[in-house]
Amino acid sequence: MNILFDERLDGELVRRDKSEVLTDLQQAVPDMTLLHREEDLRPFECDGLAAYRVLPMLVALPETFDQVKELLKCCHALSVPVVTRGAGTGLSGGALPLEQGVLLVMSRFNQILKVDPDARLARVQPGVRNLAISEAAAPYGLYYAPDPSSQIACSIGGNVAENAGGVHCLKYGLTVHNVMRVDVLTIEGEHMTLGAESFDAPGFDLLALMNGSEGMLGVVTEITVKLLPKPETAKVLMASFDDIEKAGRAVGDIIAAGIIPGGLEMMDKLAIKAAEDFIKAGYPVEAEAILLCELDGVEADVDDDCDTVRRVLEAAGATDIQQARDEAERAKFWAGRKNAFPAVGRMSPDYYCMDGTIPRRELPRVLKGIAALSEESGLAVANVFHAGDGNMHPLILFDANKEGQLALAEEVGGKILELCVAAGGSITGEHGVGREKINQMCSQFQADEISVFHALKAAFDPQRLLNPGKNIPTLARCAEFGAMHVHNNELPHPELPRF
Amino acid sequence: MTERAIADRDIAGALCEQVRSAYDARTPLRIVGGDTRAFYGRPVEGQALQMAEHSGIVSYDPVELVVTVRAGTRLSDLQEVLAEKHQMLGFEPPMFGEASTIGGAVATGLSGPRRPWAGAARDFVLGTRIITQEGKLLRFGGEVMKNVAGYDLSRLMAGAQGTLGVLTDISFKVLPIPTATHSLRLTVGLDEALKKLAELGRKPLPITAAAWHHGELFLRLEGGKSSVSATQASLGGEPLDANFWQELRDHTHAFFACINGQALWRLSLPPNTAPLALDIPEADIFYDWAGSQRWVKTTLDASTLRDACRAVGGHATCYTPKLQGGAAEPFTPLNAVVEKYHRNLKAELDAHGIFNPGRLYAAF
Repeated sequence: MNILFDERLDGELVRRDKSEVLTDLQQAVPDMTLLHREEDLRPFECDGLAAYRVLPMLVALPETFDQVKELLKCCHALSVPVVTRGAGTGLSGGALPLEQGVLLVMSRFNQILKVDPDARLARVQPGVRNLAISEAAAPYGLYYAPDPSSQIACSIGGNVAENAGGVHCLKYGLTVHNVMRVDVLTIEGEHMTLGAESFDAPGFDLLALMNGSEGMLGVVTEITVKLLPKPETAKVLMASFDDIEKAGRAVGDIIAAGIIPGGLEMMDKLAIKAAEDFIKAGYPVEAEAILLCELDGVEADVDDDCDTVRRVLEAAGATDIQQARDEAERAKFWAGRKNAFPAVGRMSPDYYCMDGTIPRRELPRVLKGIAALSEESGLAVANVFHAGDGNMHPLILFDANKEGQLALAEEVGGKILELCVAAGGSITGEHGVGREKINQMCSQFQADEISVFHALKAAFDPQRLLNPGKNIPTLARCAEFGAMHVHNNELPHPELPRF
Repeated sequence: MTERAIADRDIAGALCEQVRSAYDARTPLRIVGGDTRAFYGRPVEGQALQMAEHSGIVSYDPVELVVTVRAGTRLSDLQEVLAEKHQMLGFEPPMFGEASTIGGAVATGLSGPRRPWAGAARDFVLGTRIITQEGKLLRFGGEVMKNVAGYDLSRLMAGAQGTLGVLTDISFKVLPIPTATHSLRLTVGLDEALKKLAELGRKPLPITAAAWHHGELFLRLEGGKSSVSATQASLGGEPLDANFWQELRDHTHAFFACINGQALWRLSLPPNTAPLALDIPEADIFYDWAGSQRWVKTTLDASTLRDACRAVGGHATCYTPKLQGGAAEPFTPLNAVVEKYHRNLKAELDAHGIFNPGRLYAAF
């Protein structure tokens, strides 16, 4: 199913003549870079979800707060939609442009404004790369905790928009737990500071709301993040299992032993093989599953915890347990996991990465369901899993050049997400809904809940000019999509008119 | 106390019904759990929506680190159930009376001494069931650690004091109770204490609470046995009864008795803020959260306190009700733009102003 913006389902957009909008914007913000020629627009036609491409009407590359403000005011006055983009690494099409819209690219806001080691805060512009914050904090023994696997390239503004996660979420939280304050411009160009350098701010927690709102409520112009002292040490254990369910149970056993690992990752046989072929991380290719368990903190505690975890893993039936002997080996163990996506990419012309979350106890059932879908469709699925926090990344292998395979991959992906929802989970743990999972939102939420989301949006952007068509589906779309996915012969949202 | 001993009562249907009637009749509702936090915020005039009967643990799986509980469940009951499995609520919610409920704890969004290290109430909220203005029971968020589908309404509800909807069920991420704990006190002056706290804060030490009052620095160490005993050895000091933190959290510590027309204020300031130049005797200031949260007993007026806090990027909340001599506006007024979007949000989610009207601010 084509996920590109469809006015019939996603709502009408105001049509403006491109040259008129260009002239108006050039007048309103004379010193701002504004791209309008097709060859200049082309590099911005997609984000990390490269299967979908749309040429934006215009691309704005502001460098100052005032430019963003004037741009928004002008777009608001013209009713021209604005899609905000950071580094463009997002995997859910959250920054997919609109033909009738301006793409607001924040990448030139790339300054680290202040690192305050005594307050353990960093004040940064939204275009700063995630990893650059930790690098700037490193001389003080501090770091920024959330580490999405794209951290080398992704920007902190995009992290806020998507409430990005990473491999250390269970212990250190998501972006929302690590951002203290954001400066936001509304679609009308008004400036708001949400949150504070103190641990709370008066009024509603609009800061929490802004995290993960996918650029639908405002444009973030500055961010203050919390820095943490770097753990004294981190040690990693790798356990092999001859059965993926045993590995799944071992995860629960580690938590039940009162241990919250810094990272707890699982990979299945196909992912292990892909990673080993690519990285030579020393993974056991004969294993059905491996667990990587990282324990971090004060040296003495970490040693105690390593002993405990080793005992738990043995009791859970691990066929082999290795502890990285030194920092180099630890890095090697992680390199396999961190490169799992590109590794799988080498095995197949294309892959489609899913991002469902489930309660961990449901893992065996969901994995069986995924295996059945894989068999049924003939598409291989490699499983990479943030096991500690129940976030699955099944990678569906396909070849887009073969007729119908992209559609098939999307169909399998959609069904996997529905499995996650049925298991009490969510369609997205950290990649966001964007455009990619807009239809699956209709599986996770009822029409009344979606209406509340729309009400919330209306409080900030009643004209729906900020990133229209992302994150929250229209009820018309749910009715249309629901008609295609009838479960137990029950039509979802029977109360809605259908096209 | 076991899970069974908590009354397992689901009265969500009746609560929805009462909200529907209130919506139709435009009757303001005053949402009441254990009524132990009524002092916090502006007084609400309205028909009581009694939540205490809506109680019980809906589900608890210690291995998942997730508990789902009805809003009327007593905080003490929930904590006991969690403690049986060596787990706890990470935000260490204050309890201002035995009747205190978990719904009230989340609605007020208050967090205890552990807050700077572990996170706030909202940080542990994974999902909620909410009664909307039309009396519909809807679900937001869920029971999984990571979930970025849709807007995060659940976290928005934490601290909104029931002004945007009625919380009926809440799912939390829970944490294991640390294996080892040790609290200590050190005799040290304020300036040196703040300097020491900034220094300690930059190191990966197992500190989970830090307060200073009247010449003494109080620290709580929690974590693995080895690190706690090593840190204890390096810091020295005298042992401190762990109840100290509970007394500080629940305001049962002797400090919190106000005299001679004093009001109790909470100043929330950026980490590492120097002592404010306010005319308040040192004995009437209690530094918590390593200095970020300061309890102040004073007769100074609201604007003097708020101006001083604003100048350093903080804010001030009055804990003494107006009737007992506190400020008319307990919460720091919002700037015009932020207030506009508060009003918009309130208008969308509570068009007739039936949910705790005026609780946070007069206008909504």
